[in-house]
Amino acid sequence: MSGSDGTRDAYRALTAAGILGGEEHHRALLQSIVTAAQAIFSARAASIFLHDEETDELVFEAVAGESSGELVGTRIPSSTGIAGWVLVTRQPLVLDDLGNDPRFARGVAERTGYVPETMMAAPLLHEERALGVLQVLDRSQSERFSLADMELLGVFAAQAAIGLDLLRGARRAKASIEGGPVDVALVAELAAALEATEDERREEGIELLRSLVAVLKRD
Amino acid sequence: MSAPGLPAWSLPATEHDRIAIDIDRPERVTPEWAFGGSTGAGARVCVLDSGVELDHPLVGTVEQSVTVVPDGDGFAVVPDDEGDLCGHGTACAGIVRALAPECSLHSVRVLGAGYKGSGDILLAGLRWAVEQGFDVINMSISTTKSKFSALLHELADSAYFGRTVLVASAHNMPVESYPWRFSSVISVGSHDQDDPRLVYANPSPPVEFFARGVEIDVAWPGGSTLRCTGNSFATPHVSGLCALALGKHPGLTPFQVKNVLYQTAANVGGAG
Repeated sequence: MSGSDGTRDAYRALTAAGILGGEEHHRALLQSIVTAAQAIFSARAASIFLHDEETDELVFEAVAGESSGELVGTRIPSSTGIAGWVLVTRQPLVLDDLGNDPRFARGVAERTGYVPETMMAAPLLHEERALGVLQVLDRSQSERFSLADMELLGVFAAQAAIGLDLLRGARRAKASIEGGPVDVALVAELAAALEATEDERREEGIELLRSLVAVLKRD
Repeated sequence: MSAPGLPAWSLPATEHDRIAIDIDRPERVTPEWAFGGSTGAGARVCVLDSGVELDHPLVGTVEQSVTVVPDGDGFAVVPDDEGDLCGHGTACAGIVRALAPECSLHSVRVLGAGYKGSGDILLAGLRWAVEQGFDVINMSISTTKSKFSALLHELADSAYFGRTVLVASAHNMPVESYPWRFSSVISVGSHDQDDPRLVYANPSPPVEFFARGVEIDVAWPGGSTLRCTGNSFATPHVSGLCALALGKHPGLTPFQVKNVLYQTAANVGGAG
């Protein structure tokens, strides 16, 4: 690593390393959004799908409630079910009788072990892209659905879209680091290790790195 | 029109009589004046959507069904016998039919199997519909892609000047999408009351009118019905009312139709 290219690479790696650890945080954010959505709507489950453009699939990224454990990472074709409809039309949907709706992918639901009766779904729009879909399943029916519910769904969807965008950014950065030159990956690893240490040990590490930089800069 | 000594787009004195518009000015536009006794007969309504199921009991006769297919570098509009592959268009057509039972319904399918559609197909379908000179085009769909905005704007203006009322659904989320944001269309959002003829004028556009859009039992493929919510379903209520007004007053321009909606809105001239 030498000259300005090296500095740029290292800078990129350090920035990316911060994001590397970020994937877990972004996932936690998405998880907290579905958990909050499930609670606010008194629903049996809520989930966030990411649209994987390369494979044109929808991937469960966060699930709260029924069958939440096994679903994260599960993939379905993007033209499947209500989620697919919402992704393509970029419009939210509220359905109170899934049994009668031909768009409902009953097979997919059965494979998850939980077949809902009602669903609210909203596209996760960021700038001009539809990044994924938020679904709220079997919300409490004690009150009639209202326009305020739709608005609230939109609020959660806006949060989830930001969360998904961060997650995508983190993954892109990770891929670029992992596919990059060995020295970049090494610097990234170093930054991540430093990030994980605390107090005195961290101070010592930083001191050591300063010395290393000074040695490397020596003619 | 122009004449020597006058700027372009001017009106010379000799032309005043030629452009006389033969329409009675009502003292006051009331719902009775606007819609009373009309069945929508004579009005041609186009549903630009996912197709319409033929022979659905709540839709009745669909005079013409076409779809947009790729053709070389462009697109062609061809007859379509696929019906409705996702339900949305049938729902909209059923609502128009419920309000304007004798209007003439036409379907342009721009959303296909697997819900795949594209901005290009949407534009080609809308262009064709505008060229046909329908009285009303119901467009319960929009695009969030700004690259289509300028072309949609041109088409919306062509419809407006060509006496086609373009009724467009506002997005259900607070995002930019088109063509509902253009002033040459009639844009529709939802209210949550059950009266299918109840319309409110919005004093704070871009959404200009609110119509019934919450928990509506709509026509659905397979001859069935489905309970749906969304601005998509508010929009055909306004399209149906436009068809009633145009069936009764065939000469109205989109500007006048919008004014009729405004003057007959429940919140205009008093408490809503």
